[in-house]
Amino acid sequence: MTSVRDAVSFDVERIRRDFPILGKGIAYLDNAATTQKPQRVIDRITRFYREQNGNVHRGVHDLSVMATREYEGARQRIAKDINAKSEREIVFVRGTTEAINLVAQSFVRPKLKQGSRVLITAMEHHSNIVPWQAICGETGAKLDVAPIDDNGDVVLEAFDRLVRKGPVIASFASVSNALGTVNPIKEMIEMCKSNGVPTLIDGAQSVPHTRVDVRDIDCDFFAFSSHKAFGPTGIGALYGREELLNAMQPYQYGGDMILYVSFEHTEYAPSPARFEAGTPHIAGAIGMAEAIDYVREIGDFRLHENRLIDSAVQRLHEIDGVRLVGMPKRRMGVVSFLLDGVHPHDVGTILNESGVAIRAGHHCAQPLMHRFDIPGTCRASFAFYNNEAEVDALIAGVRKAKEVFSQ
Amino acid sequence: MSQLTELYQEVILDHYRNPRNAKPIEKETHSAEGHNPLCGDDVEVHLLIEDGVVADVSVRGVGCAISTASSSLMSEAIRGKSLDEVEQMFERFHAMVTSPIDAPAPIDGLGKLEVLAGVRNYPVRIKCATLPWHALKSAIAGSSEPVTTEAGE
Ligand SMILES: Cc1ncc(COP(=O)(O)O)c(C=O)c1O
Repeated sequence: MTSVRDAVSFDVERIRRDFPILGKGIAYLDNAATTQKPQRVIDRITRFYREQNGNVHRGVHDLSVMATREYEGARQRIAKDINAKSEREIVFVRGTTEAINLVAQSFVRPKLKQGSRVLITAMEHHSNIVPWQAICGETGAKLDVAPIDDNGDVVLEAFDRLVRKGPVIASFASVSNALGTVNPIKEMIEMCKSNGVPTLIDGAQSVPHTRVDVRDIDCDFFAFSSHKAFGPTGIGALYGREELLNAMQPYQYGGDMILYVSFEHTEYAPSPARFEAGTPHIAGAIGMAEAIDYVREIGDFRLHENRLIDSAVQRLHEIDGVRLVGMPKRRMGVVSFLLDGVHPHDVGTILNESGVAIRAGHHCAQPLMHRFDIPGTCRASFAFYNNEAEVDALIAGVRKAKEVFSQ
Repeated sequence: MSQLTELYQEVILDHYRNPRNAKPIEKETHSAEGHNPLCGDDVEVHLLIEDGVVADVSVRGVGCAISTASSSLMSEAIRGKSLDEVEQMFERFHAMVTSPIDAPAPIDGLGKLEVLAGVRNYPVRIKCATLPWHALKSAIAGSSEPVTTEAGE
């Protein structure tokens, strides 16, 4: 009962007022690329620079102590939000891309040799393809790609078969940025675990929509970006099991990541400092934690988001000449579509002219586009602050594109 | 005419739907590929150059209305022209689509290509119109490196 009441009480028009960029004539439906920021996050970052700025972990003076407290507080906040065992399991990185590269270089690469394997799926973002391709190429390992079906769902039997070949890691998205597919990650992780295969979840597209519990899904690594979840750019987090992180080589070398340095030898600090060489994005981390606080306080928006996306899917589907790309069993945030005889790029231009911001192109998932034999799609992607009027604008824009091209 | 209907005017839509000179040619002396990494547009330019004149041309690609129409219009414009004339046309075309929007577009000597002047109003789309021209230039220069629009502009 409570959850229904919460969901009904989610007042999107009130929430929209928290975001200064909204309501200025642009229907922002490119949330899978990056999300808008609430005033509260903007203010928090400003307050850090105005009142709390100092470098972390190195000063005896008050500002450094305060900056360190806020930065480490942000780490604790994130650890708690995703239910990590300890804040030592949270490494601050630039974003999902850097998190994946870190795992690729420090955890996977040292284990690869001729004949080793790495497993991904056919729907991955380039950032979850290229780092693996690079280290496989360097070591003679093989990159296995679990296929997806025509609806855009992973073929689980095929995934399981590839897991049984014993890859050094299985790395896959919780939600596809191009199709909106929600992967059954718990089931997939279970398959991996029962074969002793470590897992990395690319959580970039699920974190903005749903809370993750890393101990419940029981992954080994989980990567996400703050800018896709209402926080600042340039910051994200890698969750990793503490024992794995502490057994890994550093990713970059420098200050702040050492216990003791002489010219002959350096002893590295344990996680997370081991992976945070140099001055980190302190304000970013603090803004990231503030965004999490904000999102947790606005109430349960899942019903609102689901209704909105269902409506967009349904109404696009009703337009003659629109083809939806990907009809996954479960969808989150994203709808990809094509308009007959009109290139996605042209649809994007016409929608922009109608005040609707969508993405047109391959969405950094070119192999996925090849899978469907299309050059790209139009992608509308939603956040909790979107409303039905913006779906109206999307539909009107697509009809307009159809009209322009039917002369 | 609104900016949008200027961009997507009839001639452009016609060339988009029925691109000219898109069939392979039998004999060729020069060719090059162009690629726009931003949107994934690809174009191939094949030329038969005889005595310094474009004797035959084929332009094929997958792309949006603007790049496809631009390819098609370009193929018509350069057929039978000398390399000097083609070079001049390249410069003029480039000047037209990148000219400031607060003054009339310089369309002198561009003939039918002037229908593409509307892309001036859409900075992110200018590369769509220039992609086949960059590929053409690289074909003539005899370069074997595929051109990308990221290097140009
Ligand atoms: C599924 C997925 N993975 C990874 C990324 C890369 O994220 P970032 O650019 O923040 O590193 C993105 C964002 O484009 C994404 O959608």
